[in-house]
Parts: sequence; C-alpha cells; structure tokens
Amino acid sequence: MGILSLMLAIPAIAAILCIFSGDRLARFVALGATLVNFALGLVMWRGFEVNGAQWQFVERADLFGRFQYALGIDGMALMLILLTAFLMPLCILASWQAIQKRVGLYMGMFLLMEAIVIGVFAAQDLILFYIFFEAALIPMYFIIGIWGGDNRKYAAFKFFLYTLLGSVLMLIAMIVMINTAGTSDITALLNYDFPTNMQFWLWLAFFASLAVKMPMFPVHTWLPDAHVQAPTAGSMILAGVLLKMGSYGFIRFMMPMFPDASADLMWVVFILSMIAVVYTSLIALVQNDMKKLIAYSSVAHMAIVTAGLFAFNQQGLEGALVIMLSHGVVSAALFFCVGVIYDRLHTREISRYGGLAINMPAYAVFFLLFTMASIGLPGTSGFVGEFLSLLGIYEASSFVALICATGIILGAAYMLYLYRRVVFGDLTKDDVKAMTDLNAREWAIMVPLAAVALWMGIYPESFLAPMRDDVAFVVERLADAKPAGDAQLAAPAVIAGVAQ
Amino acid sequence: MIQAIVFLPLLAALVAGLGHHVIGKTASKMITTGALFISAALSWPIFLSFINGTGEAGVVTVLQWVQSGTLSFNWELKIDTLTAVMLVVINTVSALVHLYSWSYMSEDPHQPRFFAYLSLFTFAMLMLVTANNLVQMFFGWEGVGLASYLLIGFWYKKQSANAAAMKAFVVNRVGDLGFMLGIFATFLVFGTVSIPEILEAAPAMAGSTIGFLGLRLDTMTVLCLLLFIGAMGKSAQLGLHTWLPDAMEGPTPVSALIHAATMVTAGVFMVCRLSPMFEAAPVALSVVTVVGAATCFFAATVGTTQHDIKRVIAYSTCSQLGYMFFAAGVGAYGAAMFHLFTHAFFKALLFLGAGSVIHAMHHEQDMRYYGGLRKHIPLTYWAMMMGTLAITGVGIYGVFGFAGFYSKDGILEAAFAAGGLGTMAFWVGIFAALLTSFYSWRLVFLTFHGKPRWEQSEHIQHAVHDEHHDDAHDYAHAHAPKADSDGTAGYHPHESPLPMLVPLVILSIGAVFAGFIFNHPFIYPEEGTAFWAGSLAYNAELMHAAHEVPMWVKWTPFAVMAIGLLLAWNSYIRNPSIPARFVATFRPLHQFLFNKWYFDELYDKIFVKPAFALGRFFWQRGDVGTIDALGPNGVASVVSGGSRLAVRLQSGYVYGYAFVMLLGLVGLVTWAMVKFL
Repeated sequence: MGILSLMLAIPAIAAILCIFSGDRLARFVALGATLVNFALGLVMWRGFEVNGAQWQFVERADLFGRFQYALGIDGMALMLILLTAFLMPLCILASWQAIQKRVGLYMGMFLLMEAIVIGVFAAQDLILFYIFFEAALIPMYFIIGIWGGDNRKYAAFKFFLYTLLGSVLMLIAMIVMINTAGTSDITALLNYDFPTNMQFWLWLAFFASLAVKMPMFPVHTWLPDAHVQAPTAGSMILAGVLLKMGSYGFIRFMMPMFPDASADLMWVVFILSMIAVVYTSLIALVQNDMKKLIAYSSVAHMAIVTAGLFAFNQQGLEGALVIMLSHGVVSAALFFCVGVIYDRLHTREISRYGGLAINMPAYAVFFLLFTMASIGLPGTSGFVGEFLSLLGIYEASSFVALICATGIILGAAYMLYLYRRVVFGDLTKDDVKAMTDLNAREWAIMVPLAAVALWMGIYPESFLAPMRDDVAFVVERLADAKPAGDAQLAAPAVIAGVAQ
Repeated sequence: MIQAIVFLPLLAALVAGLGHHVIGKTASKMITTGALFISAALSWPIFLSFINGTGEAGVVTVLQWVQSGTLSFNWELKIDTLTAVMLVVINTVSALVHLYSWSYMSEDPHQPRFFAYLSLFTFAMLMLVTANNLVQMFFGWEGVGLASYLLIGFWYKKQSANAAAMKAFVVNRVGDLGFMLGIFATFLVFGTVSIPEILEAAPAMAGSTIGFLGLRLDTMTVLCLLLFIGAMGKSAQLGLHTWLPDAMEGPTPVSALIHAATMVTAGVFMVCRLSPMFEAAPVALSVVTVVGAATCFFAATVGTTQHDIKRVIAYSTCSQLGYMFFAAGVGAYGAAMFHLFTHAFFKALLFLGAGSVIHAMHHEQDMRYYGGLRKHIPLTYWAMMMGTLAITGVGIYGVFGFAGFYSKDGILEAAFAAGGLGTMAFWVGIFAALLTSFYSWRLVFLTFHGKPRWEQSEHIQHAVHDEHHDDAHDYAHAHAPKADSDGTAGYHPHESPLPMLVPLVILSIGAVFAGFIFNHPFIYPEEGTAFWAGSLAYNAELMHAAHEVPMWVKWTPFAVMAIGLLLAWNSYIRNPSIPARFVATFRPLHQFLFNKWYFDELYDKIFVKPAFALGRFFWQRGDVGTIDALGPNGVASVVSGGSRLAVRLQSGYVYGYAFVMLLGLVGLVTWAMVKFL
C-alpha cells in the first residue's frame, strides 16, 4: 500500500471508528488520525523530489473496464494535500468543545471529508476524480445541516442546489473526453490535443461546475449562507480546502486540456473576476455579520486566483497557487478567530463586540496578523500570492490588473473596518468585558497557522519549488494559444536599430 | 554591521512586544531603546566615512525571497551614500524618540507595546532604505504603513484615533496601488526588479513606448508616474495628503518620528533612489515639480489657520515635503536629500518641543489656550526657538545660518537656476516661505508670548481641579473666574523631565549646525559629486548654476522670512485683535483654509459614502434581490409552481437530501459507466 492510499485509508477507517464510538473517544481518535495523516504528509513532502518526475508516489490498480484506481501527485497536488492534512487536526481541535451534539458522527464526517479531499487531489483517473469531487459535498452538507446555525436547512439546501447544478454537465463532458481520447487517465489526457471546437464545449461544461465551486460571480451566493450557518470548523475547512477544489480543477483540467478554448474564453474569466473583486469587496464593506464579511472577502480573493490563472504565465499561475495555499491558511485562521469569540458570546454580529484588545490582547495580536495576511501585507503569505498573480495579470492586461488591484484598497478598508469595530474601541458591554483571552487549546491552533502564514511570506521558496515544473508544464501547454498582452514594450528606433 | 543596524530593532521589537509579560516593563523599554542607540551609534561612522570619501558601497544578501519564472528577488541590505544618509536620520531620531518616550509615555499602561511598535517601525523603515530591489522597498513601504497604523491608533479606546489610523492605512494603500503597478510595469520593461540593473538600463529606454490601459504611452513616463503615485501617498502630497493631519491623533513622539522625520520622507527617498529613471522621464519630472509646488503652497496656506499646535506642524511638514519634491522635480536631488536631512532634525525638534508643551499644559493642544509659557518652560521655549529659526531659514548669506537656511535656499536657488517650471516652483516656494515664517512665528508667539489664556481650557480646568479641589463643592469654584484673572486659572506648568529635554537639546544642536556643517558635501557641485558617488543622479551643473544665481535670488528668501516674522509679530504680539478682524473681513477665505480646502468633505462625498451605498445596493439588490431571487429561491418555486415546495424543501429533513444526493451521484456514475465505457 502506497503512502497516498494510506492517507486515504487512515481517515476513512478512523471515520468509521468515530461514528460507532463514544463522544470522548471520538475526539481523540479523530485528532490522532488527522495528526498521523499530517505526519504522513510531511514524510511525503520530504520524499518528494523537486525537479524529479512529474508524477510521484504513483499507485495504480485496474478495477473494471477502463476504470482504474490510480493515484499520484505532482507538486501542486502535494501542496494542496499538505494544506488539507495541516488544517484537519486544527479543525478537530477547534471543534473540541464547541461541538457537544453527536460528536462521533461529527468527527466521522470530518475524517471522511479529509479522505475524500485528499482523493480529489491525488486522483489520476477522471472518473475517480469525479467521484471524489462530488462526494466531498456530502460530509460538508451534513456538517452544515446538522451542526449548523438556526437557518442551517436553507443554507444546506442552497449549497446542495448550486453545487449539484454544474456537476452533471461536467460528468457528461468527462464522458465525451474519455470516448474521444480513449482513456480516462489524467496524465495521458493532459497531453492529448482535443479538437478546438470540441474544447469550447468541454470548457464550458467544466466551467459550469468549477465556477460554482470557486465560487465565481454570479454563482457565489451560496457561500456566505453556507459559512454563516456552518460551525466554525466547517467554515475553516470550507474556505480552507473545499474552495480550492474549484481552482484546482481549472489548473488541472481546463487550462492544460483545453488550451485553445481557455485562450478564446479568457475574457469571460477576466470580466467575471473583475466584477467579483469590486462587487464582493464593496458588499463586504457593509456587512454586520463577521462570517459573512469574511465569506465575501473569500470570493474576492478567489477572483484574483481565477484572473491570475488566466494570465497564462509563470507568475500568474504561481501567484494563484500561492493565494490558494495562503487563503487556505489565512481564511481558516480568520474563521477560527470568529469562532473564538463566537464561543464566548454566541453572536457573529460585529456591533456586539468592541474593545477586545483590552481583555484579549493575545487574541488581538493573532487577529491582527491574519488580518494583515488577508490584505496582503508584505512579509505575509497573502502578499506573495497577490503580488505574483497581479504581476502575471499585468503582463496579460494592465487594465485587468488595475481593476483587480483595487481589491488591495477595498480589502484594507473592509478588513480594518472589521478589526476596528471588534478589537479596538472601548470596552463598554458587561458581557464583552467578561470574555477571557485565548486558552491553551486556542493557542495551539493559532500558533501553527500564524507560523505558516509568516513562513510562506518570508521564504515562499519552500512552497514554490515543488510546484515550479508543474506550473511550467501548464504554461507550456498554453504557450501556443496565449494572446499577447496589452502592456508590450515598443523599442524606440535607436534601440531597435542596435538590436538588429 | 549593517545586519546589526537593521535587525537589532526588529529583535528588540519582538522581545519587547511578545515577551514583556516575562521580562517586565522596564526591561522592554531598555531593550528597545538600547537597540536603537546601538543602531544609531553604528550608523554615524558609516555616514561619516561617506563624508570623508572613504565609505564603500555594497550589498549584503540575507535570504532568498521569491523566484518565479524570470522574476527573482532576495532579502538584501544595500549600503551607499543615499542609504547612509537615511540611516543616520532614522536611527538618530528614532533613538532620541525612544528616550523621549520614557518620560512622555510614563503614565501609559501599555508602554512595552508602544516601544515595540516604535522599534518595529524603525526596522521597517531601515528595510525600506536598504532595499536593493523594488519589492523589498515595497515591503518596507507597507511595513512602515502598518507601524504607522498601529501607532496612530495606539490609544485605541479613542474612536477618533481608530478612524485616523484606518484612514492613514487606506489612503496609503491608494498610493501603494500605484507603486505596485509601477513595479509590474518596470518588471515588464526591464525584466528585473533589481534597482541597480533598472537604473543602468533606464537611460536607453527613453523614447520607447509601452501599452497601458489600452493607450500607447512613453515608457519611462508611465513607470515613473506610477511609482510617484506611491510616493505621493506615503509623503502626503496634494490629493493623497488627507491622512497626515489626522495622524496627529497618535502620541506626539510618534508624530515626531514617523510623521515628520522619517516615514513621510520615504517618497522623497524613493524619487532620489530612482532618480536615473526619473531623469529619463522629463514629463514625470514636471509632474513631480508641479505636485510638489502645489502641496508646498496648499499646506502652507492651511497651516496659517489651524488652532491645534500639532496640526500646524503637520501641515508644515506637508509643505516642507512639497519643497523636497519640487527640488527633485527640477533635478536637484542632492538639495532634496539635504532638506530631508536637515528637516528631520528641526521638525522632530518642533514636534518633540510641542510634546513638551502639551505635557506641560496637561494635554491641551489648542494654541488659543496657551500664551506666556516662555517663563514657565524656558528650555522648551529655546528649543522650539531653534527649531523655528531653522525651519524659517534664518541666516546671513556667507556667514552663518540655521539648518533650514542652507537646505531651503539650496532648493529655491536650484529651482530658479533650472528655469522653466522651476521658475514657477521658485516663486511658489518663495510665497510658501513667507507663509512658513508666518505660521511658525505665529505658533511661537501664541504659545510662548503674550498673556496666559489657560483658564478657558478644559484640560487645565481639570488639572487645577484634580490638584486643588477634591470634592464636588469646590469644583464649582474652580470654574468661576479668579478675581485677579491672570489667565492662569491657578495652574503652574512645569518644565519636562530630563529624558525629554536631552533629545530636545541634541536635536537643537542639529537644527543649528546641520546645515552649516554638511552643506558642502550635500549640495556643492564638485564635493556633491564625490559625496553622492552615483547613488543618485547628482546634477553638478545645475548645482553650479544654483550657486551662481543673482544676488536678489539669494536674498529673497531672507526677505520674505523677515516679512512673515513681522506679520506674525504685528498680529499676535503688537495688536492681538488683528486676527479676529481679519477672519471677520475675509470669512469665506478663512473658512476655506480653516476647513483644509474641503478635501475631506469632498472625498467623503465622492468616495466613502458612494462605496458604502454601492455595497448596500449590490448586496440587497444584487445578491439578494436578483441572484438569489432568480437562482435557488426561484428554482424552488418554479419547480413546484408555487412556494410550497420551497418551504417544504427548506424545512425538510437533512438526511433526505443527503440521501438523494448520494443516490444521484451513484446513479449518475453507474449509468455513465454502463452506457459509455
């Protein structure tokens, strides 16, 4: 059994154990299993050969027909699996006390989700990918529907309706692809050239599904509701990992497999991304609910990811990938920050708080760090991603870069406005005064998140190096289709003469 | 050594900020202050070695940062003349401000946090000036922005301080957007973000064009203007200046360090650092000149009408930054840096002096309630006097002058010598010098001369009440005018303690002698060329011409300074009823100036309010009213031919749907496999 299968099996088995064990035991089983999985992830990172083979840790077994059990990862998948394995134990810890109802089932759902999400990133067979991709919704659906807030059923329903919508089209597209190329092997499909006109339809079908998952404007409205109703750890994993499945689909399938269509339709993505940045940032500015605010900010960040991907160059793609990782850590951290004070006061309404810097100074420091990482302060993970992707976008179109970059102003406005209302100001309300600073368990969650956010900002090479060749591969696939940017330099006559 | 200079403040900030529970308050203060004094002590020999001509430029690589395709940049520390000048300015002022804060902040319960922020700021500023690539400069740029945000909002219980902090950060982000786009465009043109490589290739790019927002424009103009937008934000130039006066909400030592001596000059530093780029972009230089001159004029006019002592100095800073920019705009980068250098001393002095006054006057900042303080706080008075003599540029040509005399006159002469737009800038600068003299002396006269007007001050009333009257009965008495009515309300201001006075004395020495001692290397043609050694585009010919301007050009600044002094003396000492009569006669003009040309009101109307209105509109009409209504909610009601299914769906059992979802998934996959594979 390979390490990837092990990483699928451990949480899956632990999930069954949890569902049938008592509440107290379930917590420890879940924590243990996720920690072991994280350790395995680190082992895999160590074993991963940078500049080595494109696909590593490959496992293959024929099941029936053309369907095969095929796992394997490249650098991008490695990073996203690591992100998942890193966040999971933190999510379990975040739920330690907040969840008191049916703990076994809850922990089981999280473990199941971990197995499924790792499957999504590790699958090398199209059908296998599809099964994981759709199955990831089910535990999330339960988490929102059972342990969610007062309006959880509406949110779960919306989540269900939206995400189901596009997936049928994607499945049909996949079947067409398999029949055309004669294989469902993703590594083979990556090098297969589909006819240009077919690419167009396949691209649209994938887009219908992935745009919802991202989520892109205008199919983003399920996200704020899902976040608001989900329990803290549910939000952490939804923002941290599930949203990344959409952008992973873009970079794994749509761009390298349908390069011509991607080039033809890039402006669809650009326009929707530009709208999303401005539109959702402005909406975030007027929110009274902390989780809604952060949810809308996620849509804005994901829009920079899509625009960065469709810049079709090394910086744009690497930047988008770093945002995916950074946002995975930082938005999870921000949702946890909300969870910390929600656990104490049981409200997400911003105006109920104020002055927390006085009685929760350690909390205030962490919240500030993650706020800064979210608005892309240099030295934090957010900056590296934003800077690289915007630079990439600029190479493709200075106009798109300008519009997307307004997000750095609006982002600063809504995040600092949030921080100001929650953490600054005077302590006036008695129940807020009674709130206590972080406990040991909360420290244990905050510290690793903060460390990674800074590490990725100061020395991102650790994360960029494994992905470099894979990004180069995608860029190469797109090279012929890529249009020239609008910011090209025209040399003056003198230099042109010298050059000749 | 440079590593120690840069990273000691960071280390101290981390230890004090994160560890003050362990090591205690005094240790935190000692560590941060000590680190800064070491950094300052290490910086001066470097600077002096460049003055002597023995200094060697160099770059130290600390750590790889980002490598993406052909884009690559590292954490690097660069030293050359330009950096050395900034090192002494930053570390000296920062060390003195640390020391000053021991007393000034002594009653604050959060001192370790304050000192940690100060040191953190210093670190970020040092990273900015030692940057060898544009991205690290941007790191420092935003890092000082963060520290500035934290320090403006240091008293976070005050809503006005929080608002000011946020405003500073967001307005600066507008500038940073320009800076960032500038870096992108620069990378696209030069294929690198390394500053030396860019500067080397810049001259050859003159005349080329680049696409920008669908237009085809001159390459170097686009790059320089984008970068300059960043400089405008950080250095509070007209249009992006609105945050600086509000930043005075922060503690006064912060105003001295960040909003006078160092951070706000980062824009000037950037233009000088990139001066070979700007030299290849004449249009951009014209814009720099015009913006600088406009800011110089605007801020000086507003400064004449403000009541708050710190706001007067803040507008003064804004105006002086305008001088530096138009100096750079006409190509006199050496003169711009020289004014930056001297300004750091005398403006930090003025702010710390103002802090000493505020300290003596029990937190009262309104100059209308000052008066007659000369006798009570003589050392502060003389220190402020030195600062005022320096900023107004007092000096006798060819004999001796205070610091501002050399640097400001250097700028004006260079502007005159440059001709063209420079002539315009010269006359604007002359007029602004008149206003500078007027508002600076106004400040001195209102604060230190005349009769005490303290009894109208609420702060003083509180102080008197706290000192002498403990019960409610006597409190009523305190408000009744005293029979002798000497205006003091029985209050006795005290001179500040030693840790505050020592920095004032040291900075006074700088304000008196910095110009006299250093003017040769900074702005003389031959000596300047040797001193700057290519670290900025030093124009020896222009500086030569500047020294050869007609005599009347050299004497005009002195004349307008004298006129400003006379005007102030006449209005505030000889005949104190003049200001009120002036205001009554020219009410619209006074209102216009007093309300800062209505920039805040305008921005509120065209940016802030519409942003919130649009946000609400998009949310209620867009997301809820359109997307959801037509999307999920719509689907549910259409399918059932009414809202009943929607209701049932929304209230039904969770398991039901999950089961349906699972069945659907399994069904779809099975069907697909059987049918197609």
